[in-house]
Amino acid sequence: MGDPVTLIAKWLEGLLAGWGLAEGPTAVVMNLIGVIMIVVFVMIMDVFLVWVERKVVARFQDRFGPNRLGPFGLIQPIADVIKMLIKENIYPQGIDRFIYNLAPLFGLFPVLLLWAVIPISPTTIGTDINVAVLYLVACGAFISLGIIMAGWASNNKYALLGAFREVAQMISYEIPMVISLLIPVILARSMELNQIIQSQNIWYIVAAPLAALVFLISSIAELGRAPFDIAEGESELIAGFHIEYTGMKFGMFYAGELLHALTVGGIFSSLFLGGWRGIGAMTYPIVGTFWFFIKAYFIYWVIMWVKYSLPRIRIDQMLNLNWKFFTPLSLVLLMVTAVLDKLLTGVPMLIYFGVMLAANILIGWGTVLILRKTRKKEAPRVAEPKPIARPDGAPPIPAITPATTSQS
Amino acid sequence: MLNDWLFIGILLVIAPIVPLAATVIPDFIGPRKPSRLKSQTYECGVETEGETWIQFKVQYYIFTLIFLIFDVELVFLYPWAVAFNQLTLFGVLEGILFILILVAGLVYAWRKGALEWF
Repeated sequence: MGDPVTLIAKWLEGLLAGWGLAEGPTAVVMNLIGVIMIVVFVMIMDVFLVWVERKVVARFQDRFGPNRLGPFGLIQPIADVIKMLIKENIYPQGIDRFIYNLAPLFGLFPVLLLWAVIPISPTTIGTDINVAVLYLVACGAFISLGIIMAGWASNNKYALLGAFREVAQMISYEIPMVISLLIPVILARSMELNQIIQSQNIWYIVAAPLAALVFLISSIAELGRAPFDIAEGESELIAGFHIEYTGMKFGMFYAGELLHALTVGGIFSSLFLGGWRGIGAMTYPIVGTFWFFIKAYFIYWVIMWVKYSLPRIRIDQMLNLNWKFFTPLSLVLLMVTAVLDKLLTGVPMLIYFGVMLAANILIGWGTVLILRKTRKKEAPRVAEPKPIARPDGAPPIPAITPATTSQS
Repeated sequence: MLNDWLFIGILLVIAPIVPLAATVIPDFIGPRKPSRLKSQTYECGVETEGETWIQFKVQYYIFTLIFLIFDVELVFLYPWAVAFNQLTLFGVLEGILFILILVAGLVYAWRKGALEWF
C-alpha cells in the first residue's frame, strides 16, 4: 500500500511505542493528532470557502469579486479574519449574556463534529463508527440549538422571529431528510459511510434519483440558504437571528453556514455519488481525496447556483412544500424501495439498478400528474381594469396606454 | 469499538475551542468603548417597545409536535434498514405497515388542519 496517510500513522504509532507508551495512551495520542489535523484542515478550508463563495456569487451577478489582495484576491479571506478579530465585541442592552456568548459556538462546532465520520479517502476518515448516518442527523440537528439560543438571547424581536422561523424550518425538513437518508442505508445494508461508498459499484443516484433530490433540497432548507432563507429575509427581518451579533461572533455563524454547505456536499457525494470512488482510488487511496473534493465542491456549487438563482419563498409555502409534498413523497419512495429491494434479491446488479430507476421514473411521473390535478387555479396576475365611478354625464376617463402617456 | 468513539470524544473537546478562541480574542485585542447608543437594540432606528420575550405563534408549537412524533418513529426504522438482509418479505411488509401507521398520522394531521399556516 503506497498510501501516505497509513504510512505516517504506522510510523507515528511505531514511534510512540518506541517511547514506551502503553496501548491505551498511544490510542489517545493518535486520535488527538487526528482530531487536530481534521479541525485545522477543515478550518483552513473554511477560511478559503469565504473566497470561493464571494468569487462565485460575483460571477453570478456579473462582477469580479475580491481581486485586490494577492493573486485572484486569494489573501482577502485572511484579511477579513484579521479585521474581524480586531473588532469590538458589542453587547446590546438587555441580552442574556451567557447564552448570547454561547450561541456562536453552536453555530460552528456541530459542523466540525460532522467531519468526524465523512471519509475523505478510503483510509483518511476520522472514525468509521457503525451508526455514522444517525450521527450525521444528530449533529446536523445540533445547529438549530445554536440558532434558537442566538435568537432568544439577543433581546431583539427580529432576531426572535428569525430564530423561530429557522427552527420551524430546520425541524420540518429533517423529516424528509431522514427518510431519504434511509434509502441509501437500505441499498447498502449499513450505516457506515465507508461501507456505503464501497458498495456503490454503480452510484446510488442511479437507483434513487428522487431520494437524492429530496435529500438535496431538504439539506438546502436545513442550511437556511435561499430560496429557504426566510429566517434572514433581509427585507423583513434585516438579518434574522444574528442581527445583534458583530465581529467574530457573527463570523462564526457565517463560517458555520459556509462550512455546513460544503459538508452537505460531502455527505451527498458520499451517499449518492460514490464519495471517494473514482479512477485509481482503489489502488492509490490518496487519489480518492481528489475525487471526493471534486464531487463535494460540485454539490456545493449546485447549492450556490440554487441560492443565487431562485427568489425566496414564504413560510406557508415552505411548510406546505415540506409537509404536503416532500414527506408523503419520501415515505412512498421508502416503501417502494424497501419492497422492490426485497423482491429483487439475487438478480444481477444491472437489472436491479434498472428496475429501481424505472420505479423512480414512474413515481416521479405519477407525482407530476397528481400535482397537475390538484393545482389550485391561480388568480390572474394582471387584474382587469375596473370601471371608475363617475358622476352622471361626466366624460369617461380615457384608458391609460403607452401611446397616450407618451403624447402628453 | 471504544476506540471508534474515542475520536468523537476528543473532537467534542477540541472542536468548541476553535469558535471559543475566535470569539474571546477580540475581547483582549479589540477596542472597548461601550456607549448607551451603541448597545441599543437594533430595530431600524426606532426605539424598541415592550417586552421581547413574549408569547409566540401557536403554529410553531403544533409543527414541533408533529415533528416530534415523526422523528421518534423514524429512528425506529434505522435498525430495520440495517438488518434488511436478515428480513423476510413478511418482515419488510411489517415495516411497511409501521410506515403506513405513520402515514395515517400525517393524513389525520392534514385533515385536522394542523398543517395550515394562518
